[in-house]
Amino acid sequence: MMDVKRRYVIPGDIIATGPLRAEQNVYQDGDRIVATSVGISEIYENAVRVIPLTGTYVPKANDLVIGKVVGTSPLSWEFDINSPFIGFLPAQDVFGRDYSPTKDELRQRLDIGDLVAARVANFDRSRDPLLTVQDRDLGKIESGELVEISPSKVPRLIGKRGSMIQTIETATKAMITIGQNGWIVISCEDPEGLLKAIEAVKMVDTLAHTPNLTERVKSMLGVPQGEYNDTIND
Amino acid sequence: MTQLMTEDGIRCDGRRVDELRNVSIKVGVLKNADGSAYIEFGKNKILAGVFGPRDVHPKHMANQDTGILRCRYHMSPFSVTERKNPAPSRREIEISKVIKEALLPALILKDFPRTVTDVYVEVLQADGGSRCAALDAAAVALADTGIPMRDLVSACAAGKVADRIVLDVNNEEDQEGQADMPVAMMPSVGKITLMQLDGILTPEEYKTCLKTAIGGCKRVYEIQRKALMEKYFQNGEQ
Repeated sequence: MMDVKRRYVIPGDIIATGPLRAEQNVYQDGDRIVATSVGISEIYENAVRVIPLTGTYVPKANDLVIGKVVGTSPLSWEFDINSPFIGFLPAQDVFGRDYSPTKDELRQRLDIGDLVAARVANFDRSRDPLLTVQDRDLGKIESGELVEISPSKVPRLIGKRGSMIQTIETATKAMITIGQNGWIVISCEDPEGLLKAIEAVKMVDTLAHTPNLTERVKSMLGVPQGEYNDTIND
Repeated sequence: MTQLMTEDGIRCDGRRVDELRNVSIKVGVLKNADGSAYIEFGKNKILAGVFGPRDVHPKHMANQDTGILRCRYHMSPFSVTERKNPAPSRREIEISKVIKEALLPALILKDFPRTVTDVYVEVLQADGGSRCAALDAAAVALADTGIPMRDLVSACAAGKVADRIVLDVNNEEDQEGQADMPVAMMPSVGKITLMQLDGILTPEEYKTCLKTAIGGCKRVYEIQRKALMEKYFQNGEQ
């Protein structure tokens, strides 16, 4: 991370020319590397990429997402995962191998409108994303507040090695579940902490492109400056 | 017939031959759309909203290999002096088609198979050159949505009025002038994505007209760029 050149770009901006590797949100046109999205360009170690500031969620295998049940078919649930694609959760994933459509009722476990924390098990261009809840901390979400942010800003909310989210969680004593798709569930026993945490998350969403964001969030939450500094400076 | 140009080359609305009307663009004006933009291009007032990429309905339109683009250009009944029937007219269907085809080369939709991106353009007030203004707004709205794009699309018309080639034809000049040539292009890539011509030009006039229009597109591009920068970076150049 030594020599990183950053710049604000919009689609069509030429970021660099020369023998560089084109990574996310850029394309190569001859020897020019051109941005395809509004965001911040980075040139590092012969590679060029753009960190987008807008855009939809494209599922990736192993991502934790928060989905909302929008429908059922005899063998699966259909989820809105804030993406162009509908997520599928096979009934066997919840009921086990001996699931039978005649015996078990899908809607008794998960009804339309329920929120679920799930993991993307598989996704490729040819088929819609397959979800799974076979893991620790996955499954139906019983309580909490749903906050929607732009999926492109999720990495900022997490921060380097989770520094941002740790800051918010420690300061407000809230439990925050972040879906990579931009849906976030916040639960907190103290109503004031809940409001604070929601405000902090929304602040990260609107100010994601600005520097020193962790410091600003800290001062908004009333955390003394300099505390937990070990997590952000490395 | 109104006089379209004075002898010293001042046009009916007081502009010089190579002058653009006032253009202002605002990004992200609609909360419910995934991306949006509002443009004022002279007296044109146009709103563009983009949804998607999202599920395709009806399903048979879906393409397994790539995303598709749909466009709807619509003029409000109150956008012109005489009430316009809100049903899509022959002209609106044509403009929807050319806008779609002018935007498509700029979009990279192959990463979104089986989805559709819908662009809705609503003309609130029309004053000549609305297809170009609509395209400008649609391109900015698409960038606001975050769909991967090779470049923005900038559009501007040029034409022939009182035997002279002028930039950015307005309503009177469009009605009574001799030629109107809307041009859209991807300014950084340097490729033209739309070119129409209504009227008759000599080969020389054609060349100057195209050149003038391209110059206009580049100026519009700067305004589009500024509008996006303002929304995303509060104009704080790094």
